[in-house]
Amino acid sequence: MPNMSLKKNEMPSQEPYVRNKNFQEVALGYTAEQAVDEAKRCLDCKNRPCVSGCPVNIAIPDFIKHMAQGEFEEAYQVIAQSSALPAVCGRVCPQESQCEQKCVRGVKGEPVGIGRLERFAADWHNAHATEAPARPASNGHKVAVVGSGPSGLTCAGDLARLGYEVTVFEALHTAGGVLVYGIPEFRLPKAIVQKEIDGLKAMGVKIKTNMVIGRALSVDELLEQGFEAVFIGSGAGLPRFMNIPGENLKGVYSANEFLTRVNLMKAYLPGSDTPIQRAKRVAVVGGGNVAMDAARCAKRLGAEEVYIVYRRSEKELPARAEEVEHAKEEGIIFKLLNNPARILGDESGSVCGMECLEMTLGEPDASGRRRPVEKVGSEFVLDVDCVIMAIGTSPNPLIKSTTEGLETQKWGGIVVEEETGLTSRENVYAGGDAVTGAATVILAMGAGKTAAKAIHEKLSGENC
Amino acid sequence: MYRILKKQALNSTVTLMEIDAPAVARKAEPGQFIILRVDEGGERIPLTVADFDREKGSVTIIFQIVGATTEKLNHLNEGESIQDFVGPLGVPTHMEGLKKVAVVGGGVGCAIAYPVAKKLCQQGAEVHSIVGFRSQELVILEEEFRAVSKKYFPMTDDGSYGERGLVTDALRRLLENGEQYDQVIAIGPLIMMKFVTKLTKEFHIPTTVSMNPIMIDGTGMCGGCRLSLIQDGKRVTKFACVDGPDFDGFEVDFDEAMARGAMYKEFERHAYAETCNLFQKEVAGNA
Ligand SMILES: Cc1cc2nc3c(=O)[nH]c(=O)nc-3n(C[C@H](O)[C@H](O)[C@H](O)COP(=O)(O)OP(=O)(O)OC[C@H]3O[C@@H](n4cnc5c(N)ncnc54)[C@H](O)[C@@H]3O)c2cc1C
Ligand SMILES: Cc1cc2nc3c(=O)[nH]c(=O)nc-3n(C[C@H](O)[C@H](O)[C@H](O)COP(=O)(O)OP(=O)(O)OC[C@H]3O[C@@H](n4cnc5c(N)ncnc54)[C@H](O)[C@@H]3O)c2cc1C
Ligand code: SF4
Ligand code: SF4
Ligand code: FES
Repeated sequence: MPNMSLKKNEMPSQEPYVRNKNFQEVALGYTAEQAVDEAKRCLDCKNRPCVSGCPVNIAIPDFIKHMAQGEFEEAYQVIAQSSALPAVCGRVCPQESQCEQKCVRGVKGEPVGIGRLERFAADWHNAHATEAPARPASNGHKVAVVGSGPSGLTCAGDLARLGYEVTVFEALHTAGGVLVYGIPEFRLPKAIVQKEIDGLKAMGVKIKTNMVIGRALSVDELLEQGFEAVFIGSGAGLPRFMNIPGENLKGVYSANEFLTRVNLMKAYLPGSDTPIQRAKRVAVVGGGNVAMDAARCAKRLGAEEVYIVYRRSEKELPARAEEVEHAKEEGIIFKLLNNPARILGDESGSVCGMECLEMTLGEPDASGRRRPVEKVGSEFVLDVDCVIMAIGTSPNPLIKSTTEGLETQKWGGIVVEEETGLTSRENVYAGGDAVTGAATVILAMGAGKTAAKAIHEKLSGENC
Repeated sequence: MYRILKKQALNSTVTLMEIDAPAVARKAEPGQFIILRVDEGGERIPLTVADFDREKGSVTIIFQIVGATTEKLNHLNEGESIQDFVGPLGVPTHMEGLKKVAVVGGGVGCAIAYPVAKKLCQQGAEVHSIVGFRSQELVILEEEFRAVSKKYFPMTDDGSYGERGLVTDALRRLLENGEQYDQVIAIGPLIMMKFVTKLTKEFHIPTTVSMNPIMIDGTGMCGGCRLSLIQDGKRVTKFACVDGPDFDGFEVDFDEAMARGAMYKEFERHAYAETCNLFQKEVAGNA
């Protein structure tokens, strides 16, 4: 008998005014009882609309059926057939615009908590799995992966499972990409990412950190060194600025810098060697996940007031719904339909305010969203001592500029064949944010899988 | 881990280390830098590639002890290892076609200037080196500079060695006496580079400066190292780690760079004092 409650089982979470002072995970995860109860809300629909909403087509009703029986390991195995990073995606996927958006239970009431169930199954597996992943016999083929974000890790894992000797080259000192330098601990504990990486190493994947491809080695040199294929998963790490006056004042950060100092360099821990401004009043410009993360980190570092300054309205906020909700609960102030005009500095060159303009929404633009238009004469000054720019990133030009014949879009995205991830260079594949521009973990992971499959077909001559 | 093959004190506050880092040594060029992390949990700091040996696979760094991280680094000895060492980063110094160059170095900036002077000499250019220090005990790389320079002008603040005065005094005299340079390459404290470019502007001599803003990743990901160039009256933002560290000195907004460099002064002072406590050593004066 299905559970006909109109609401999802609530996610146990830290209290807002407790958690906005610490960096421990906000959402604590279902208990086994809650998970089984939530799983029972699934109607096991014949036409499986939810599956089509998932970019990697996880067999959602099948894994949920196991969950409802309390067969958590079996549930995990179903998910693992399609996803390499379920503990991550269960936490960070924008479910409300993917799997859960299509769920029939959402027509009247709330959809099934698919992401929460996925997270539970993955956490259960991680807590109970005893056998380390086996190291497959080598098939003698060598593949290089550039970048250790979700796309690179997934590509490496899928190939290693097939016996390829995979080496991952990572520019930073820690592997994980945005999962370690961008997304904060309170949303995605780093131990989860580390576990995935340890799993890859156990399968024989070599991870070489401190290696900037394009400087220490070029893509061509990798091919010359005997790697038969190269996968580029270098992300979209180049931060954009607004080019408004005052952006180089002390106290203006890109979200990447701010989050890197906090997450990768652990500036939030007492006694950390990495400095970060302990601002009192912070404005974060932007409305995506990155903006929410920066705002919530600033709050946790002790800021009294933190604003999200976004030029469109609440409806257009690109962040995950849950993050917006959490940010509000934690006391982040939303200044919607506002846009910065310039940043004001004091005599020492430090930020002392940000002049903003009010906006209204006009006609829809190319993205289909209504275009924000400035209200004449609506200037006002927000009293802040720190500004964080979270208005987007684009692919870093380093690999393009050092790889002859690698075609890219005007804005920097690498051009690939959609079904394979093959670039304009033979045996060179790419995927994730490096191709699409800043997108999502699940899409990056999917691209890593697609490329792994294509590389295998190419190198083994097999169809799999 | 990256092993320290050799360690040598060049003076009381400047140390040379040769590090085993074949991947960096294979590709390094003068003007490029590395980023290192002394230990797990340490800060990432940039240091210039002072020399490299492709065959041996080693890279030489020369650093001044100014704060917590350089202090910690200086406590490591030959045979011990550095946690992380990534490079080569940045764009090599542009030297093609230069026939006569004045290389101006200030303090530890001389360590950054030396590989440039050496390469210029190797490509047959006439090098005039003007180096400035506070006093005689702080002079570094004298032999090395002499070996690659046609003329060598050491300057000290107190006159204890070479001539008393600033590097700009020596450079002005050379220029006023009619020396013609294809390029002036100035590397040292921001204030020194600012005044060198002010002088060379008068004489219309193209001037390269090496910028050293605070960096983290060194790959163009954080934007923390950004600085402003004024090009045709317009402000343009550049990232020193990928677009530099060398820039056209006539375009750089030095005042902004100086303000940004002082962003974490308080934190740094505190961290340095704590590290010194840890090693039970006095913080020498004001940095
Ligand atoms: C703060 C923040 C929050 C986010 N929140 C979410 C969320 O909630 N949900 C969601 O789905 N998505 C979210 N995203 C987006 C998501 O993280 C990315 O889409 C995803 O990580 C892209 O994966 P990737 O493998 O393409 O690249 P990345 O994760 O960017 O990894 C690329 C890696 O390549 C390395 N690299 C780059 N150049 C080189 C080189 N030349 N040589 C060697 N290594 C190199 C980089 O150092 C990096 O480690 C967020 C992003 C950010 C920044
Ligand atoms: C491209 C580049 C090349 C450099 N090459 C050399 C070199 O060859 N020899 C040398 O002695 N120094 C060099 N420096 C400066 C060197 O990086 C700093 O002295 C060092 O980071 C100080 O760290 P600290 O913790 O000991 O001192 P702190 O007390 O932390 O800082 C002292 C001062 O060093 C600077 N600094 C601090 N952290 C950083 C950082 N992460 N990045 C850049 N600057 C920082 C700031 O101006 C600060 O005020 C270079 C800097 C750059 C950007
Ligand atoms: S991977 Fe993401 S979209 Fe797919 S089922 Fe899981 S949470 Fe939903
Ligand atoms: S659409 Fe919703 S109810 Fe139907 S099978 Fe999918 S998860 Fe279950
Ligand atoms: S140091 Fe981060 S972009 Fe230059």
